[in-house]
Amino acid sequence: MNINLHYTVPGDDFTQAGAASGAVKTTLKQLGFRPDVIRRVSIAMYEGEINMVIHANGGEADVEIVPDRITVVLTDHGPGIPDVEQAMQEGWSTAPENVRSLGFGAGMGLPNIKKYTDDLTIDTRIGEGTRITMTVLVNG
Amino acid sequence: METLFHSVTLDKDKCVGCTNCIKHCPTEAIRVRGGKATIISERCIDCGECIRVCPHHAKKARHDSLSILKNHPYNIALPAPALFGQFNNLDDIDIILTGLSELGFDQVFEVSRGAEIVSDATRKLIAEGTLKKPVISSACPAVVRLIQVRFPHLCDHVLPMKSPMEVAAALARQRAMAQTGLAPDDIGVIFISPCPAKVTDVRLPLGSDRSQVDGVLAISDIYPQLVHKMNHLTHVDPLFKSGLIGVSWSFIGGEAAGLLNENHLAADGIQNVIHVLEELEDDKLTDLDFIELNACSGGCVGGVFTAENGYVARARIKRLRKYMPMSCNRAEDAGDPAALQWSRPLKENPALRLADNVEDAMRLMQKAEQVFTTLPKLDCGACGAPSCHALAQDVALGLAQETDCIFLMRRQIQEIATRLAGMEGFVPPSNEKGEN
Repeated sequence: MNINLHYTVPGDDFTQAGAASGAVKTTLKQLGFRPDVIRRVSIAMYEGEINMVIHANGGEADVEIVPDRITVVLTDHGPGIPDVEQAMQEGWSTAPENVRSLGFGAGMGLPNIKKYTDDLTIDTRIGEGTRITMTVLVNG
Repeated sequence: METLFHSVTLDKDKCVGCTNCIKHCPTEAIRVRGGKATIISERCIDCGECIRVCPHHAKKARHDSLSILKNHPYNIALPAPALFGQFNNLDDIDIILTGLSELGFDQVFEVSRGAEIVSDATRKLIAEGTLKKPVISSACPAVVRLIQVRFPHLCDHVLPMKSPMEVAAALARQRAMAQTGLAPDDIGVIFISPCPAKVTDVRLPLGSDRSQVDGVLAISDIYPQLVHKMNHLTHVDPLFKSGLIGVSWSFIGGEAAGLLNENHLAADGIQNVIHVLEELEDDKLTDLDFIELNACSGGCVGGVFTAENGYVARARIKRLRKYMPMSCNRAEDAGDPAALQWSRPLKENPALRLADNVEDAMRLMQKAEQVFTTLPKLDCGACGAPSCHALAQDVALGLAQETDCIFLMRRQIQEIATRLAGMEGFVPPSNEKGEN
């Protein structure tokens, strides 16, 4: 018993950022998942989605929902992450100036994803792209 | 020009004729006459500074009350985004919006939706390259009126776009008409405002003939009843349809941030706004694309009609906006893009000019300068004018007398007393028959 959702995250229109994770939040509410589970998934997916728009010119989001687990896979064809360990550091950011006044660029995106999920895998290749797979367990 | 209506007024009973308000008015629009403050209607921009500084709470602003709901069979609430930061322990904006429904509104349409439409349309308009740079935001009516009065040559820099309030009002009414089949006059569109400048803006709109808003409530006025409703909701409706960009308009910097253009400046507080406009007038800010100016410190959350400290409200809104989608409303939602722009250009308000023509003005200025030389240059305010320059001008214009200045009067009394002392012992002969 599973539900699969797919979203295209546009890279050319920053004003559409956050729409995919918003839609997933609405779906999880309708399915009746616990509020703390919904919160963890939406925050983690939101951070990843914004990253894709800011750094990778958009990408694709695939979400698999089963009763005891939600998995989000974010795939992009952006520049890749040169140093994943550095990117995981709190406060490290390469976000441009024009989105910082909207509150972005604090450098907490990847650390937050790690904090809110039970499993996080980052698969990245320079010049080719990045795939981030995150899992939130209902009883995690 | 706009002499017909001002939201800002005086409660004469509470006014003691002190000098606090006259010294803080950015257009020198207040004088103390007969022991009471009076506002020069032509100069007042409804910024609310006098309301802030009056220690006797004698300065007030007019606004509508909830009884305005009786005027129309169908009422739509237009909450300003500043409202979202007024509540403690709140993490769901739908609680506020549902609370507004419970107060008696048939529908709620957030102004932040209009703000996102304006941000979208502004990004496109700036990209076209036809606007004079730097472009000055037109959302704060007090700033636009300040420019008309004190910086009229910058009128053509002001973004000729309707405010988010007007855009939201037009769209809300249009949608309600389509949904209910009601005529436009049956629908009451009521703005819930953080400031008095918006009250005046609705009565005397800038850039168009008629406002789409039917009434303005003050946040602080409805706050107790709204909190009560919010605390006793039986359900919460999913009404919120705005994003991060829209709610960020509530504080300084938010509007500029929504343009996604880093080449901007944002200034708040009427004195800081004046400094920036003076720099702009001197051509010192040519590198910037956009200038956001708010008359109130902190932006709209710092308005005089708010219930909460502006900085606290801003911190709450920043927390609420985290993880919101960027924008949920686009320019296309408003239909015809021309409907978003002003229908007539911004005109100068000549209230600060001495006369209609240069010759008369020069004559008056010479007289004023001559009077000024006799004044003590203390700017004490005891004469009822904000400065010695202002009194000198008032004298030249026939609105005051030199002896309003107590220092001038003291000097004159001293001269009389000296002469009287010199005549001591000298009694002039009488002309009465029989004496001497």
